[in-house]
Amino acid sequence: MAANKQAQLDPMKTLHEIEDKFEMFQILNEDGEIVNEQANPNLSNEELVELMSRMVYTRILDQRSISLNRQGRLGFYAPTAGQEASQLASQYALEKEDFILPGYRDVPQIVWHGLPLWQAFLFSRGHFMGNQIPEGVNVFPPQIIIGAQFIQAAGVALGMQKRGKKAITITYTGDGGSSQGDFYEGINFAGAFRVPAVFIVQNNQYAISTPRELQTSAKTIAQKGIAAGIPSVLVDGMDPLAVYAVTKDARERAINGEGPTLIETMCYRYGPHTMAGDDPTRYRTSETDSEWEKKDPLVRFRKYLETKGIWSEEKEAEVIEKAKEEIKEAVKKADAAPKQKVTDLINIMYEENPYNLDEQLAYYTEKESK
Amino acid sequence: MAQMTMIQAITDALRTELKNDENVLVFGEDVGVNGGVFRATEGLQKEFGEDRVFDTPLAESGIGGLAVGLSLQGYRSVPEIQFFGFVFEVMDSIAGQLARMRFRTGGAFNAPVTIRSPFGGGVHTPEMHADSLELLMTSTPGVKVVIPSTPYDAKGLLISAIRDNDPVIYLEHMKLYRSFRGEVPEEEYTIPLGKADVKREGSDLTIIAYGAMVHESLKAAEELEKEGHSVEVIDLRTVQPLDIETIIASVEKTSRAMVVQEAQKQAGIAANVVAEITERAILSLEAPVLRVTAPDTVFPFSQAETVWLPSSKDIVETAKKVLTF
Repeated sequence: MAANKQAQLDPMKTLHEIEDKFEMFQILNEDGEIVNEQANPNLSNEELVELMSRMVYTRILDQRSISLNRQGRLGFYAPTAGQEASQLASQYALEKEDFILPGYRDVPQIVWHGLPLWQAFLFSRGHFMGNQIPEGVNVFPPQIIIGAQFIQAAGVALGMQKRGKKAITITYTGDGGSSQGDFYEGINFAGAFRVPAVFIVQNNQYAISTPRELQTSAKTIAQKGIAAGIPSVLVDGMDPLAVYAVTKDARERAINGEGPTLIETMCYRYGPHTMAGDDPTRYRTSETDSEWEKKDPLVRFRKYLETKGIWSEEKEAEVIEKAKEEIKEAVKKADAAPKQKVTDLINIMYEENPYNLDEQLAYYTEKESK
Repeated sequence: MAQMTMIQAITDALRTELKNDENVLVFGEDVGVNGGVFRATEGLQKEFGEDRVFDTPLAESGIGGLAVGLSLQGYRSVPEIQFFGFVFEVMDSIAGQLARMRFRTGGAFNAPVTIRSPFGGGVHTPEMHADSLELLMTSTPGVKVVIPSTPYDAKGLLISAIRDNDPVIYLEHMKLYRSFRGEVPEEEYTIPLGKADVKREGSDLTIIAYGAMVHESLKAAEELEKEGHSVEVIDLRTVQPLDIETIIASVEKTSRAMVVQEAQKQAGIAANVVAEITERAILSLEAPVLRVTAPDTVFPFSQAETVWLPSSKDIVETAKKVLTF
């Protein structure tokens, strides 16, 4: 019998074919020009101004947070400048009932989703009231264990699916986070259960100091979603319109029962990893920094809005003034929070204290009353 | 009253709570059509549907994370970790996430999750299935740890665990699954968490044990009785938090105590019990509180299991030391 001849197997070809499919999606280029009119989400002028205002506000919040940190008045802080489009345009595509599981750099999204700013400051300061999410605000406190939020997001989204909610779960990590086992388990579970989830990897090029190239041999992070059988997108993370459009699109699919999406947003953090002693000059050059600064999301969005005649220096100054004022108020409110006591912490361990905590409560009540 | 094995009592408890509360979900590897590798979830998918009882992809961390996320949507998850030897894969979800949910959020969220898992030696499993790793859990603030030793307790404790608003680790000793039957009421009942059970009263010595070692201790107590020693046996049932009142009352009565655990000696629940007795009842003691445990090796290859695991003989031997000190 004649052997059934197959063509020579070429796994490299398959790999390259898949990788080549992941071109970076862009709508607004570095010069503030629409390069992809067909995909333009056509936000109203009001919406465009709102999104720009949020980005300006958040840039000011970043600057103020860094300076508060330097004055010893903030505590833990992970700078956000450079990632405004990636963070805020994706959040802007959500509805209030959607649920956010943030990483520790993703405080702006949960603030814009309803967490009062003074609580975000308390989170930074290491006060448990910072994480006491108010009723009706659909966010989880920032995740510290990188990747854990991905599997939890699959769980929240599964819950939404079971409840029949018309809402989605969105979660964020970074390029480093996409190397974690929980990243793979999260997107795989979400795909297997076809849950309404959106997974965002903000590829800001460095996991602390480790460059993106050392994280994986995969050419893009987006392509990792293909292995989990879920639609995956690579987007210009410095382009607010593109980030908004792909997130909105992913949300639609999720709501329509078409399951989760993985989005890689190509972006950059201008500042250090956190304010706890990281020095980016040890692993990045100023040339790289300035290359990315040219792509700045605020610069290109400002140009676009100014061309449309809906943004001006005066408008920006107004937003900056408002931001500064509200930040000042929020710091004041955070300052006024009651001092954190060990007895408070003992009482939030369980619904009812077991004997050991009861005894320790008595001890610390005495100690803290002195 | 119905006679049930421990595994049947567990299934019965799951069925009871699936019926009582539509927020209860049962999931894990092979728990659906297959009913679990030990059949703990036998018939439950058929009875309650794939929405309530479902298989997950094979990933323990994912199972734990799913439970965390489902809590945020008001569900009461009862996931199964197929063997507790696999707990290392889900440690962050348990110790890093579930255990801290109430704490991290200042009570804004809580995690009413009961993780069920088979553990314990004597059934010749392959490597890394049978380890007694309860210590990893009892050293984790924020969770409760329950280990039943009888079918009756298994049902009452599991119902309580599922209704608890904090995470509970519910460990099922594999050797006890089908080794004997006991009376189990068909109606629902609860046994409070954190309450030990005096399985046998005595006046000369208190033996404190949990899990399969309760039965070895009872056997030892019978042996010792033949020699004229009256031995009290306490089954902890919940190993975190301990039932200090019951332990101390017994020790004050008998003045002599020992602790038996199947796990290795180092650190361990037995060490914790000894420390508590020392802190609270040293003046009642006539003898040091000794421990019967497995040696401090990794859980043995199955050929050495019977020698490695503590037995009633070991318990009798140590009991005599305590009694004659």
